[in-house]
Amino acid sequence: MSTAELQETVFCILAAAIAVFSILTVTTNRILRSATYLLFVLFATAGIYFQLEYSFLGAVQLTIYAGGIIILYVFSILLTTVDKTKVSKLKNSKMFAGLITALAGAAICVYITLTHSFGPSRFVGGEINMKVIGTALMGTEKYQYLLPFEVISVLLLTCIIGGIMIARKR
Amino acid sequence: MELHMEYYLVISTIMLFAGIYGFITRRNLLAVLISIELILNSVDINFAVFNRYLFPEQMEGFFFTLFAIGVSACETAVAIAIIINIYRNIRNIQVKNLSEMKH
Repeated sequence: MSTAELQETVFCILAAAIAVFSILTVTTNRILRSATYLLFVLFATAGIYFQLEYSFLGAVQLTIYAGGIIILYVFSILLTTVDKTKVSKLKNSKMFAGLITALAGAAICVYITLTHSFGPSRFVGGEINMKVIGTALMGTEKYQYLLPFEVISVLLLTCIIGGIMIARKR
Repeated sequence: MELHMEYYLVISTIMLFAGIYGFITRRNLLAVLISIELILNSVDINFAVFNRYLFPEQMEGFFFTLFAIGVSACETAVAIAIIINIYRNIRNIQVKNLSEMKH
């Protein structure tokens, strides 16, 4: 099996996993299962990043999403579960309206994506060197990102303080 | 078959609209939050794919994805704090029971 065939096979597996599990995430009745399917979707997304040769992004996705956020979800689901939390049923008409909205939107977007010409697009491989990422994150010149990096750190601090303030017992 | 950019975009579109469907139809606050997570994730895929296929010598999409992941982590943390607070007050996190804000 050549490398290109291997890439295609891996992509097909990832695509099928993303499609199936993201639909299962929003249709399953039990909320804990929904979180588990979300975890699978995030894993498959990390696989797509690895396939695009953004290994750093894939690692960030795995550690922050799969390692951090899903754990947070699972804990809060277990904390807020009232005996056998099933997602309460919606009226059929509203469910149907949501389904129509989603399907119509998806059809329009897929149609536009497939007919629009994006210009010359080709896959150019090659990992971004870690040193390049580091200097781009820490520099202040054009195409360098020190300011957003600092803003994100302030935002994280604000979220810590806000989370404590909101969730603490009075 | 060659891996075109459009294949990735179609996959992320499916994920996006699965998230929108869940956002409309779910009635549990945590399930709504999970749907939002799906939406954010699909947009992240789009940024990475556009960067790789259309502008391979630049890194804007890469860094935008990186920062978007950070922002979504913040958003999740605060939202879950709010949800737990709601649960303490009314012992329930179904949307239909949230008719007034406490305090």
